[in-house]
Parts: sequence; C-alpha cells; structure tokens
Amino acid sequence: MPPEQPVATCLTRAGTLDGFKRMAPLSLFVVIFGLAFSVAALQAGLSGPQIMLMSAVVFAGASQFGVLEVWSSPISLATVVIITFAINSRHLLMSASLYPWVRELPTRRERYGTLFFLSDANWAMSFNDYYKGARDVGLLLGGGMALWAAWMIGTAIGIGLGAGFDDPERWGLDVIMSCFLLVMILGGSNKKRMILPWTVAALATVAALQWLPDNAHVVVGALAGGLTGIFIRGVDE
Amino acid sequence: MSIPLTALTGFGVILLMGLVAYMTRIGGVLIMSRMKIGRRAERFIYAMSGSALVAIVVPLAVEGDLAARLALATTAVVMLTTKKTLVAIMAGIVMAAGWRAFF
Repeated sequence: MPPEQPVATCLTRAGTLDGFKRMAPLSLFVVIFGLAFSVAALQAGLSGPQIMLMSAVVFAGASQFGVLEVWSSPISLATVVIITFAINSRHLLMSASLYPWVRELPTRRERYGTLFFLSDANWAMSFNDYYKGARDVGLLLGGGMALWAAWMIGTAIGIGLGAGFDDPERWGLDVIMSCFLLVMILGGSNKKRMILPWTVAALATVAALQWLPDNAHVVVGALAGGLTGIFIRGVDE
Repeated sequence: MSIPLTALTGFGVILLMGLVAYMTRIGGVLIMSRMKIGRRAERFIYAMSGSALVAIVVPLAVEGDLAARLALATTAVVMLTTKKTLVAIMAGIVMAAGWRAFF
C-alpha cells in the first residue's frame, strides 16, 4: 500500500489524476475500438454528430455495436432499450460491488457523477485496489475519464476515416461489429461455465429468427441464456 | 413501440440509450442501498449479459454469406488461441475482405 493512503473514503484531484494515468496505456486500444465503432456506425447510416453523441452518452462499446444491428427505420424503442439494458446489465453487478465504497461519498453529485464513468477496465482496477485498502474513489473516476476521452478520440478519428470507404463490404468492414462482439464473448474469464447458457441462448435465437417477429431474437436469446445461467454456480460459490 | 427514424428521432433514440446505460451504472448502487442482490439474481444477470451478445452475433453466423461466416470462425480461432482482441478482429476483417477479393 502506498504510504499516504487516506483512511476515510474520499474523492480527490490527485487520486483522479492517478486513475487517469493508470488507465492511459489501455486507452490506446480503446481509441482503436472507437475508430472501428465509427466506421461500423457510418455504415449503419448514423450521421457524424449522432455517432459522437452516442459514444459520449452511452460510453459502452458492445451495446453501441449491438444497437447498430437494429438501426433502420422504423426503429423499435423497446428493442433498443432491451439491447442496451441486457448488454450493459453487467454494470449492475459492478456497480453493486462498489456500493460499500461509493455510499460513503458525501454528496450525491460525487456518487452518481462518478458512476457515469463506470466501465469494465476502471472497475476492475478500482475494485482490486479497494480491497487492498485504497479509499480514493478518484481512481474510478480518473480511470473512467481516461477511457471516455480515448473512446471519444477514437470515435472522432473513425468518422474522419470512415467517410473514405465507399464500398465497406469489399474491405470486410461489415463484419467489424460481429467480430468485435464475438471477441467480447470469448474474452471473458468464465467461458467454461457459460458454455451451457450461451448454447441455449444461441438455439433460442435461431428458433426466434425462424418463428418470431423481427428483432425478438435478442430478447429471447438473452432471457433464455440468463434463465439457464441461474442453474450454473459461480466460481466463488 | 416503433417510430420512424429521422435525424431528429435518431438523436432521441441515442439519448434514450444513454439513459438506459446510465441506469445500469447507478442501478447496482441504488438496488444495494435497498436490498441485497441474491445469488440467483446475480447468476441471471451475469449469464444474461453474455447471452445478449450471443443473440446479436448468431444471425450473421446463420444468415450471413460465406465470407462473413469465415470471418467469424477466424476471429473465434485467433481469439481462443492468442487471446489478443485486436489481432482477432483484424484477422476476421482480413478474412472477409480476402475471401471477397479472390472468390
């Protein structure tokens, strides 16, 4: 533990800067993902300002890619909400795990402002440090700000570059989105435990594509996999 | 509920997404301040977030052209062997582009 670790929970500028610096190396990759997202989004028909706004307020790659899949007129709001919620539902668990820490922050602004920047990488970093005794929530905030800034820079570069591709399929760019989501699935640490839920999700999706109305497959697949998951023990149980 | 997609409603849809994403970020803290998330709920949420990704990728694997299917297969193999996300995505894109260029 560093020598000057504060004992009480706090949110300091120094801690925020520290979190920012520690996430900076990873941010390079985030820039590239942001770039890939923009190229895919332009192809799906979003305008530059729409893409920038989406990266700024949603700030969650997988769900942004996911919604592109259904981005056509008329658009079903329920489908958009369900895709965004289902893919980001892991945030609920990450957020819940930070509750003992975040609740001690004095103001609502600090508590709920910091949580806007909650993302996988800065959560993992902060959660580890919290259990090692760190008390400065700036770590979470600063780390998130670094990731957010990188995501915005990547998104902006992608909009500039993406306009140059007149025939995206020829360059294989139509598969970016699905390949991205696939590595998100396969990159997790609990693949073996999730084989059964994911298989059920895949089969339910195929069945829904066959027999149910358009776009029902996402809900059906997510729910089928989630319900199957209830019967799968976690590693720490 | 479906709405026609225009420049303006597009912005609205994006703001709605932003709101939902933010709710998931503060949701865990809000729920925990009222009750404890049980083991079953935790398992359900965990499996559901991965399953939603699966459900979005499956249609391309089932209905896509051969180049797209090969791209997915390539990405999966590279990801499982190297664990390098960017390399895996690049390999998939190169496979799709290469296949379409030669066949």
